[in-house]
Amino acid sequence: MEQFLQQMVNGISLGSIYALIALGYTMVYGIIKLINFAHGDVYMIGAYIGFAATTYGHLGFFPALLLSMGLCSILGIVIEKVAYKPLRESSRIAVLITAIGVSLLLEYVMMFFVGAEVRSYPKVLTNKMFHIGNVVINTQQIYILFTAIILMILLQFIVQKTKTGKAMRAVSIDKDAAQLMGIKVDKTISYTFALGSALAGAAGILVGLYYNSIDPLMGIMPGLKAFVAAVFGGIGSIPGAMIGGLAIGIMETFVSGYGYSMYRDAAVFVFLILILLFKPSGLLGKNTREKV
Amino acid sequence: MSLLSVDKLTMSFGGLTAVSNVSFQIEKGELVGIIGPNGAGKTTLFNLLTGVYVPTSGTIKLNLDGKEMIINGLKPYEVTKAGLARTFQNIRLFKDLTVLDNVRIAMHQNIQYHMPAALYRFNKFYYEEERLLKEAEELLDIFKLSHKKNELAKNLPYGEQRHLEIVRALATKPAILLLDEPAAGMNPNETTELTETIEWIRNEFDLTILLIEHDMSLVMKICERIYVLDYGMLIASGTPSEIRTNKRVIEAYLGEDVNNA
Amino acid sequence: MRVLTKNNLLILGGIVLTFAIVQFLRSQNIINSFHEITIATICINMILAVSLNLVTGFTGQFSLGHAGFMSIGAYVCAIINMEMNSTTGFLIGIFAGALAAALVGVIIGIPTLRLKGDYLAIATLGMAEIIRVVFLNLEITNGAAGLNGIPRFTNWFWLYLFTVITILLISNLLRSSYGRACISIREDEIAAEAMGINTTKYKVIAFAIGAFFAGIAGGLYSSYFYFIKPDIFGFLKSIDILVIVVLGGLGSMTGSVIAAVLLAVLTTLLQSFTAVRMIIYALLLVVIMLFRPQGLLGTKEITDLLKIPDKKLRGRVE
Ligand SMILES: Nc1ncnc2c1ncn2[C@@H]1O[C@H](COP(=O)(O)OP(=O)(O)OP(=O)(O)O)[C@@H](O)[C@H]1O
Ligand SMILES: [Mg+2]
Repeated sequence: MEQFLQQMVNGISLGSIYALIALGYTMVYGIIKLINFAHGDVYMIGAYIGFAATTYGHLGFFPALLLSMGLCSILGIVIEKVAYKPLRESSRIAVLITAIGVSLLLEYVMMFFVGAEVRSYPKVLTNKMFHIGNVVINTQQIYILFTAIILMILLQFIVQKTKTGKAMRAVSIDKDAAQLMGIKVDKTISYTFALGSALAGAAGILVGLYYNSIDPLMGIMPGLKAFVAAVFGGIGSIPGAMIGGLAIGIMETFVSGYGYSMYRDAAVFVFLILILLFKPSGLLGKNTREKV
Repeated sequence: MSLLSVDKLTMSFGGLTAVSNVSFQIEKGELVGIIGPNGAGKTTLFNLLTGVYVPTSGTIKLNLDGKEMIINGLKPYEVTKAGLARTFQNIRLFKDLTVLDNVRIAMHQNIQYHMPAALYRFNKFYYEEERLLKEAEELLDIFKLSHKKNELAKNLPYGEQRHLEIVRALATKPAILLLDEPAAGMNPNETTELTETIEWIRNEFDLTILLIEHDMSLVMKICERIYVLDYGMLIASGTPSEIRTNKRVIEAYLGEDVNNA
Repeated sequence: MRVLTKNNLLILGGIVLTFAIVQFLRSQNIINSFHEITIATICINMILAVSLNLVTGFTGQFSLGHAGFMSIGAYVCAIINMEMNSTTGFLIGIFAGALAAALVGVIIGIPTLRLKGDYLAIATLGMAEIIRVVFLNLEITNGAAGLNGIPRFTNWFWLYLFTVITILLISNLLRSSYGRACISIREDEIAAEAMGINTTKYKVIAFAIGAFFAGIAGGLYSSYFYFIKPDIFGFLKSIDILVIVVLGGLGSMTGSVIAAVLLAVLTTLLQSFTAVRMIIYALLLVVIMLFRPQGLLGTKEITDLLKIPDKKLRGRVE
């Protein structure tokens, strides 16, 4: 039982990081129907920005977090403008291939400049352990959880209550109609990328804290897992991405916690294929049928 | 036993019932029209008949050469194999393929060589491909298209694209041909010509034809019987002259003049 | 024998001539052992690219897991060949590997090919990852350390033979009614179904044939490079193959062949600069999609451009 609770705590921390990344996938997919492969790499860049800010800039956790989120959102906008926008009328496969290209580009440009080696993250937070019974919670986990929760609440507020949020929802339902209603579609898409990328930037720092190490290819796996999370929650659905992220995080910790850590990544993909086969619309997604 | 019997067919999309409790029979060799205002459910009915949608309820029975089979629930390609071929209202040719390939793809289900013959180029492959080519050209000749066989389908003028759709459907060797607005977008001359060709095709290929059309001149001229759909329901059926004077039909068309069309 | 058309005889002549020329250059040491590695890479990549093109370029099913099938062929061939250290063992290994890959292709294809576009891409990516993790954890594959000391039977002759056979068979398939059925799925799945094409069946067949030849490429690979480990066949390997197909043109056989040569040369030149090579690959993907999404040749073949005057057997989809 205690082990179970401990795994739960670990799973929720990891899951909230996945949830933050998954939100970016889901928002972008919702609005332009693109699996933004490069999203995992924006998160990697976010981790490096955090690394630089704390190691060389001697910034604390929160300033570094804000800096990373800011720069990542700019990166997100640039990627969209340069690589995806010109392809808005192209086939989905063309855009997907571009996204894969952008993803590789970010990874290897980064590798070119910082080298392929793994770096250990500076300790910006004093590491204290809290014991509740025999379950241990550390400072990082608490920071991760609270940062994630606050960001998600903020996002929910932006999407539900602000004018831009309304525009985002309108564009994701029907781009052409939204345009006719006077919504600036391009600006809204940029905004979506900015928001999603900011969350990925935050996740980058949090994961640096959690795993203590970063490298240029670190975005691939969490990126894919976050995507699985988004699909599980129902792609396009913001609450879905949160639930999905937590579910994947918890599942992964349990698979490793009970001695199958070698199969951890495979388990996530088996899970993905099962979802795609049995409930492709995910937990909270909508079913669509093609008109003939 | 009728060639095609539709019994209490219903199709709902969420809250919207696009086809509602529709029953009718088609006899062999008939040319039957289906009319109705926009959104009446005509195309949906075709989609049900051809297996694109699985009906919410109801049955579709096909009785070919004394063999009876229930075709609702079959996949579209199985329905085509069973003998129903169709055209699409919003033209769905293989746009980036040649006219010839469009037709030959439709002939695939009757192909007489196996994959190894194709892989290793047995003689059978060459004989069959020659036969295919000849038959495809003959079919294209119906609409004087065979000289354009190497053009890409998307480069044909609109009217010819509609013709190619019909040729392609014929290439599957159907017993029943379903035409969804074959005259849409055509001028009166073209429509008259098409009307004659459709009749000719029916006799030549011994077909039963079901056609959806908004152009009343075409429908009234060649259809022996007409079914009228409105809001998914069958509101009238009968000969062209009966339909012309039917009150409910006139109401459904709300001022659109069925008489003078 | 209807197969003996003028055109086919010309092709046969070209195949024999190419072999003879390379053989001559080898005997004169103009092609040395360093070049041979590049040639092996070219042949293996051609097989991989042409087989992926069948699935993605012609049938329109976007797959990001081709390296997974390659790895099955590589491991099966290596394991059999290490037990049976002879040319017979090598050939048995190649075919067993190819069949195993095709079988896995069918098993995976039947459920996943119901998915479309980007979902299929992710599912195939996931499937290749699962295959990789399985190899990482099996005893017979020696886990992460991989298999070392695989006997080398792959040589220029076998490489050439298998490459030629692969290209011939796949292009024969494509220029037949079965190939047209596959292409119709790419063009418009709903229309294809309505024309009587069992789209699921042909997707699975294309997937299985693609996997079969990827398996052959894997077998050749393991037997040429002595050493394999699961990480060789990861996501990036699948991307490598995809880059070739996209550069050559989705739906162009000769495009894949040409692109395989170009990229192998590029890779050889940039051998010791992994990051730079990957940056160039990445830029290639993006730039091609932005400025020439149809790749070098689009869906055309080089023969269409050269206008070979054999009217009877011309045209992309014969
Ligand atoms: N896949 C679908 N999902 C939801 N609603 C649909 C779908 N297909 C058709 N409908 C709805 O069903 C109704 C009937 O449509 P249908 O296309 O059958 O009409 P129609 O009689 O062919 O009209 P038209 O003359 O304009 O072609 C319409 O309200 C349409 O919006
Ligand atoms: Mg209609």
